[in-house]
Amino acid sequence: MVSISLGDIIGPVMIGPSSSHTAGAARLGKLAAVCLGTKVISVDIYLRGSFQKTSRGHGTDRALVGGLLGMSPDDPGIRDAFAKAADAGLSFRFLSEDPDGAHPNSARFVMTGVDGKEMEVTGASTGGGAVVIQEIDGFKVGIKGEYPTLVTFHDDVKGVVASVTSMLAAADVNIAFLGLSRKSRSGTASMVIEMDNSLPVSEVERIIQENRAIKRAFMIDARECC
Amino acid sequence: MPGSVVDMRSFKEIEQLCKSSDITFPEAVVSLSCKEEGKTPEAVYGLMRARLVDMGRSVEEALSGTWNGTFARDQSADLSNYMQKEDPISGTFLLRASQISMSVASYNSCMGRIVAAPTAGSCGILPGILFSWKERYGTDHEGLLGAVVTAAGIGGIIAERATLAGAEGGCQAECGAAAAMASGALVYLRKGDPEKVSHASALVLKSLLGLVCDPVAGLVEIPCIKRNGSLVSLSVLCADMALAGVRSSIPCDEVIDAMASVGRSLPEALKETSLGGIAVTPTGRRMAEESERMD
Repeated sequence: MVSISLGDIIGPVMIGPSSSHTAGAARLGKLAAVCLGTKVISVDIYLRGSFQKTSRGHGTDRALVGGLLGMSPDDPGIRDAFAKAADAGLSFRFLSEDPDGAHPNSARFVMTGVDGKEMEVTGASTGGGAVVIQEIDGFKVGIKGEYPTLVTFHDDVKGVVASVTSMLAAADVNIAFLGLSRKSRSGTASMVIEMDNSLPVSEVERIIQENRAIKRAFMIDARECC
Repeated sequence: MPGSVVDMRSFKEIEQLCKSSDITFPEAVVSLSCKEEGKTPEAVYGLMRARLVDMGRSVEEALSGTWNGTFARDQSADLSNYMQKEDPISGTFLLRASQISMSVASYNSCMGRIVAAPTAGSCGILPGILFSWKERYGTDHEGLLGAVVTAAGIGGIIAERATLAGAEGGCQAECGAAAAMASGALVYLRKGDPEKVSHASALVLKSLLGLVCDPVAGLVEIPCIKRNGSLVSLSVLCADMALAGVRSSIPCDEVIDAMASVGRSLPEALKETSLGGIAVTPTGRRMAEESERMD
């Protein structure tokens, strides 16, 4: 059974006018920035489908940029997000694209962080302010930000899943959902683990240190994304 | 085994729980919600209390200004001016509810901070009813808590059995749901029993079956804002009807199922695509063209 929280019926608290084109856009920008993990200093945002037409009327463009600056959907700063981006040293460009099969309310972020790190994140606003990160650097992921989520990028070798999940068990963390994908056999693989409780940063660092196959791992804390 | 198990999300289940445990409609909603979400009643009431505070703030902010959108002029103040000069046919409680509802919906269209209830496009109706009540009867937020939980419970049933998205079910799922939620909340505030809450909701929804979602130029302005302002009337009237003992011959759960089915049958042109209804009238088209030129 689908469980709907009373806080989703009376809520979210948000900057109007549209839950999918404004609130969802802010949440998407925020999640993309959380994936990068450092301050975003430059971004190309490729608007897909309806998002190309909802910027002036629904503030989709400002909500996306506000989200990248770390604003939540109820942050009044979204209204002048462009000025705030200039103050924060974030340069942005909006472009359009319509690849086959793209979600009608979606965007692709090509981001560069303050430490020079680059990342490409694609996500969609799926209604009522809910979002899903569909791809990170070409890997299909499916992160909704509803649970604390651990994301790893690792060599496609034996034992990585077993090793990470046993470390989670040792840290007293229960796994709610687990997804695994790879681009090619013996290439790079990615794992998305949604958990019932959060994992401290020190534990994430320990997981990276103790598994040489893991190239990169980060946590998305659901609370950061609301 | 149809009929042998109680639906997990239904008025029937809530009414049975109210009877068997001798509790109110909102108490039953909180009890079921705690079971599903693994939360304590304190946590659920705390969240609803916070939502009420946010809603109250959105009402204050909305009423403090004039919020003209791209095409829609904020006309909520016209209602208060009229009320000061004339005795409104619909009564001051309802007209004030309508004014608050239009004001909050106008504020939403100008990137105001609002509480979706259940959606952003229908965000005026519930605060319109609740805060007109607050002014009339001098209650505080705590006095509205049971009412907002009642509204949330009704919205939850509609979300579960049908949808709250205009793109899926048309405006019956947004402003229609909001009006049903507000009507049930009013019945609760007037100490009507859980059965009367469900009859009020059913009476509202039956009157709005098939209401289309047809935003001019794709904006949350026309006809959304005035629909928020006018549908509060059904909330009030159907609450009075239910309190007077008028019953819906079709149980509310079945009305909501019908609403889901009607929503699926509605053509795409009438589900938030701006390809039908008010959006494609000559004036609506002109506005859409003008909007294109602004981009």
